[in-house]
Amino acid sequence: MTAKETKQDQRILTYGQAINEALDQEMARDQSVFVMGEDIAIYGGAYSVTKGLWEKYGDERIRDTGISEGAIVGAGIGAAMTGMRPVVEIMYVDFMTLVMDQLCNQAAKLRYMFGGKIKVPLTIRTEGGAGRTLGAHHSQSLESWFMHIPGIKVVMPATPYDAKGLLLSSIRDDNTVVYIEHKMLYNTKGPVPEGEYTIPIGKAEVKRPGKDVSVFTYSRQLLFCQEAAEELANEGIDVEIVDLRTLLPLDVETIVESVRKTNRAVIVEEDTITGGSGAEIGMRIVEEAFDYLDAPVKRVAGADVPMPKSAALESLAIPSKQSIIKGIREVLQ
Amino acid sequence: MTKSSNKTKTSAAKPVNKRSECSKEQARHYLRQMMHIRKFEDKMMDLMSKNIAQGGSHLYAGEEAVAVGAIAAIRPDDYIASTHRGHGHCVAKGGKLNELMAEILGKATGCCGGKGGSLHLADVSTGNLGANGVVAGGLGIATGAALSIKMRKDDKVVICFFGDGAMNEGIVHECMNMASKWELPIIFLVENNLYGMSVAIARSSRLEDHTKRAVAYDMPSSSVDGQDVLAVRDAVATCAQRARDGRGPSMLVANTYRYYGHSRSDPRAYRTREEEAYWHDRDPIKLFSAQCIETGILSENEVKAVDDSTTEDIEQATQFAVDSPMPEASELYTDVYA
Ligand SMILES: Cc1ncc(C[n+]2csc(CCOP(=O)(O)OP(=O)(O)O)c2C)c(N)n1
Ligand SMILES: [Mg+2]
Repeated sequence: MTAKETKQDQRILTYGQAINEALDQEMARDQSVFVMGEDIAIYGGAYSVTKGLWEKYGDERIRDTGISEGAIVGAGIGAAMTGMRPVVEIMYVDFMTLVMDQLCNQAAKLRYMFGGKIKVPLTIRTEGGAGRTLGAHHSQSLESWFMHIPGIKVVMPATPYDAKGLLLSSIRDDNTVVYIEHKMLYNTKGPVPEGEYTIPIGKAEVKRPGKDVSVFTYSRQLLFCQEAAEELANEGIDVEIVDLRTLLPLDVETIVESVRKTNRAVIVEEDTITGGSGAEIGMRIVEEAFDYLDAPVKRVAGADVPMPKSAALESLAIPSKQSIIKGIREVLQ
Repeated sequence: MTKSSNKTKTSAAKPVNKRSECSKEQARHYLRQMMHIRKFEDKMMDLMSKNIAQGGSHLYAGEEAVAVGAIAAIRPDDYIASTHRGHGHCVAKGGKLNELMAEILGKATGCCGGKGGSLHLADVSTGNLGANGVVAGGLGIATGAALSIKMRKDDKVVICFFGDGAMNEGIVHECMNMASKWELPIIFLVENNLYGMSVAIARSSRLEDHTKRAVAYDMPSSSVDGQDVLAVRDAVATCAQRARDGRGPSMLVANTYRYYGHSRSDPRAYRTREEEAYWHDRDPIKLFSAQCIETGILSENEVKAVDDSTTEDIEQATQFAVDSPMPEASELYTDVYA
């Protein structure tokens, strides 16, 4: 690594700024990239992610739309099929419910149905998760729905570094990528190199090597897992944390490798437990690494309820440092 | 401001309708409700800035005459479907201030047990089918309620509140078409506050006159000064009569303005301070108070009495909400299924 790169690596950005920079760099590099969504121009996005881009690129490439999610994604698909590389924003993942036909029946299937003769290089940026006591329509984690759609990719970065690199990869990918941010991560900070760099989609990363137990997680829950691991380290329990980063395609190889090493697996996910991402991850472990397991696979996940408003209930509906520690202890018994 | 929103401005600038009939009791009631809503929202802003109220709240301040006028025109047993900007609808439909305030603070004593919050605020016992976190989320619900009324041969009506921004959601059009074809007893009440979040109508649609949308469904439509509580009441009364008579739905566009930003952090860069001042000049509470005094329906002292008592009510509701307990952990899994 050159001296210059080392210095750049130390530049600190927030998660939101990292995403903004990725959009900016990709728009500057590739004229076919444009952004479309609600309140992304003058307002700069509900969570300020597109701030400054409208001033720089104007109405033509930073397009405010009406409140029309179906049309935003639908038009994104059509534009993607015919030479553009759109990045569309759906303000909350909860409103992805309104674009499921476009995503599931159109974007995901067109290439296959037309015998591989079409590509849909569309990126759908959206944002989910609980933590701001916004209640049942603004706090969901719906990634497992998207994992069930062959033909698309699902990316959920947890750090500013990953957010930038994975967004560049998503935009450059020739497939439709659902890129899900977490509302509680926008102000988290971390090192982000100034230049362009990509992180391969479908590649997990060991964020903390350990030997006693593997924790598989993604998005905001990574932070809770790191806190839990710190606390357990004081007791001499050495937790390995694997940040999946991409949920579809899942990096089964890295998952299996980690289980082989630690022989114990805990999956930490914010979505509701029944039919959640952990169900798929856990089953992959059972199928591909059963012989290495010294304990049943454990899930620490969201409660099977619509997200309650009250802060007192919301915090109980998703994993916490405490519930993660409890889950880890269970598989260590 | 765009040329066309100027147009809306002119039509909203009509003088308060003086011909409307209004008894002393009614005047006091409308004023009390509008003041309750205004003070409720001002208090909410205060609680949010102190972080006593967490999460988001879309405040109704500035738009009071729409909810109060519209709901004054229907019966207590009629239905409304509300929006993400729903506090005012709840108050006007007869929700209890204590329980509404407690709900927004996520307390066990809230009208939804703390599970709904601002975005899902509703005292359903008052015929309120609920605020909705999804823009245009109330359209299907309201249309279905109207269908149910018709199928059960009831004589109720539904007011479906939604914003100018919601107008661009597909379901709005699907519902208007269905309601028109089946002649359902529903009033599509557009709260036109000129913006959907930051996006001015002209930035998201070529058609700035919402009433024209109704033409596509062969449905009568008109617009009304949403700062004039009596004008709103009378316009809704006409629509409600039509619905009750079995003649089907109508659309009413109430031109109004929200005072606060879309959310607490909104710097309101998309609109001018002059435009805001213009609308503050046409404050629905100021206008109606002045009208009452001028026409002698209420004396200055009577207006002042309403002002004082509503301040007191809001202070009391706030105290109740702040003092109330959080829900028990055991509540997490209740109410998921019937
Ligand atoms: C389906 C959906 N898309 C986007 C949002 C985010 N959002 C909340 S309120 C709002 C603006 C709504 O505008 P309008 O219907 O005019 O109502 P107003 O807020 O002006 O009362 C937006 C975009 C949402 N809640 N639901
Ligand atoms: Mg509006």
